Amino acid sequence: MTDIVVSAVDIDSPLSAFWRRMRRKRVALCAGCAIAIFMIAALFAPWVAPYDATTPDYDHVLSGPSFAHPAGTDVFGRDIMSRIIWGGRVSLTVGFVSVALGCLAGTTLGLASGFAGGFLDSVIMRFCDVLLAFPGILLAIAVVAVLGPGIANVVYAIAVFSMPVFARLVRGSTLALKQAVYVQAARSIGVRRLPLILYHILPGTLPGVIVYLSLRIGTSILTAAALSFIGLGAQPPSPEWGAMLADGRSYLGVADHLTVFPGIAIFVTVLAFNLLGDGLRDALDQRLG
Amino acid sequence: MLTFALRRLGGTVIVLLTVSVFVFGFVRLLPGDPARLVAGPDATSEDVAAVRAEMGLEGSLLQQYVRYLGQTLRGDLGRSARTRQPVISEIGNRFMPTLWLTLAAMGWATLAGLVIGVISGVRRGRWQDQTAMVIAVSGVSFPSFWLGLLLIDLFSVRLGWLPTGGYEGWRSLILPSLTLGATVAAVLARFTRSAYVEVAGEDYVRTARAKGVPERGVIWRHTLRNALIPVITLIGLEFGFLLGGAIVVETVFAWPGLGRLLVDSVSLRDYPVIQAEILLFSTEFVLINLIVDMLYAVVNPEIRLR
Repeated sequence: MTDIVVSAVDIDSPLSAFWRRMRRKRVALCAGCAIAIFMIAALFAPWVAPYDATTPDYDHVLSGPSFAHPAGTDVFGRDIMSRIIWGGRVSLTVGFVSVALGCLAGTTLGLASGFAGGFLDSVIMRFCDVLLAFPGILLAIAVVAVLGPGIANVVYAIAVFSMPVFARLVRGSTLALKQAVYVQAARSIGVRRLPLILYHILPGTLPGVIVYLSLRIGTSILTAAALSFIGLGAQPPSPEWGAMLADGRSYLGVADHLTVFPGIAIFVTVLAFNLLGDGLRDALDQRLG
Repeated sequence: MLTFALRRLGGTVIVLLTVSVFVFGFVRLLPGDPARLVAGPDATSEDVAAVRAEMGLEGSLLQQYVRYLGQTLRGDLGRSARTRQPVISEIGNRFMPTLWLTLAAMGWATLAGLVIGVISGVRRGRWQDQTAMVIAVSGVSFPSFWLGLLLIDLFSVRLGWLPTGGYEGWRSLILPSLTLGATVAAVLARFTRSAYVEVAGEDYVRTARAKGVPERGVIWRHTLRNALIPVITLIGLEFGFLLGGAIVVETVFAWPGLGRLLVDSVSLRDYPVIQAEILLFSTEFVLINLIVDMLYAVVNPEIRLR
């Protein structure tokens, strides 16, 4: 704001310009820190979690929150907090891997579509239109219906419906970048097609891709939890948050901690990714609106 | 307008045909012999052959597809592998509950979303706006199935005011429609607010105020009317997403609709029903998109000319 002395580096580097804007987004930074903490907790689950996630303890069945079990225990006496921490592994992995797969495929298709134009472009875009013609969760259920229930298949299912979103986004920026002066210049000095796409066009599409990555991971975690909740995702005894909610459903009013804590875990995680995505969008590119 | 409508309609037909190819390919993508899967492990080879004929799995792929398309257009969607009833009547029984649920959810969500969005826009930056937007951002991240469980816990188990689930009269409709509409209300409130704020900054709004139009008139006539144009599109799109959301919410409340039929059919591998449901859901979705585009073109002439 009152930076009167502006060094040349500050002006030139998009990264430092981004960081200058991002630094002021307190909410998004907090969300980013929360995500980092969840990831560390999930990664080091064997050390962080006080109990094992799947070993039953029939002496402490359905006990409410206490000092020994901060989030209580479930119908098999398993510690809910430990299951939530272990479940973070499942949910975060599903979120990251599915969106990464969808992003990789979508970005490749989008680059090809935008760069080649013509017939290939029409075919790829119509294909995306058709995929977008299904509501996301329906497409996921269709994929699970073919491949069978299970968390690995949920990953593929979510990847399939994330792909067209990235393809459209990247195609849009590729079309714009193709006309950019520096790309035209690179082409005129004889840079070949593949290096042109990889080194000159791809980096320009990344800001949008990063924003969507964060927003889509939130959506994916929510969808995966929903699929597990309706019994098509993670199978017992896997400590998945949505599946834990489904287990707690029979004990409403008897043992509410079974539904309260896994729900909070899903909500806070998804909220953090959405807030981070919103902040990134503001800081990276105002035009993405 | 007519050229636009025809062009858009043509595009829709192509998308629907492609969707039908996907749905047709769906059963044929299954690992193993789908007829054997449907007939069950104890079926004799004659049984399997009969099921294969009934599922339309004989002949070349092209012949199969043409037959499938013809039957579908005539409303013949095969028989459920589980109940042996025609799929069309299975789906017919489940249609009205889902329609009621979606309409009720859409109704309250649209009303709440618009009112909250406009209040936030008018009271921009004050506590009303800030509270509403915190709720709206949370609403988007809130798992609907969790909200459903919390509502059941409070209103059914603890207070005993409303049934925990099932399909008996309007009282059983309240909690599921509240649950289903919550996300939509949140999305709409956010969107309405930003549309309102954008229009409120336009020159003609300032002019209206400068020439002495009362504040009420500025809000209703000059700002709101223009702000609502993009909101119409979103309402239509959200209606399509409600169909998807219904799948989860119906499971929470044991609501006998299309969504629950789909989930049950996937668990029981009732492929003819799954196939028909996916076709139905995506057709509805595509048609809603078409209607939204048409409405939008009526409201905004710029679109037609492109």
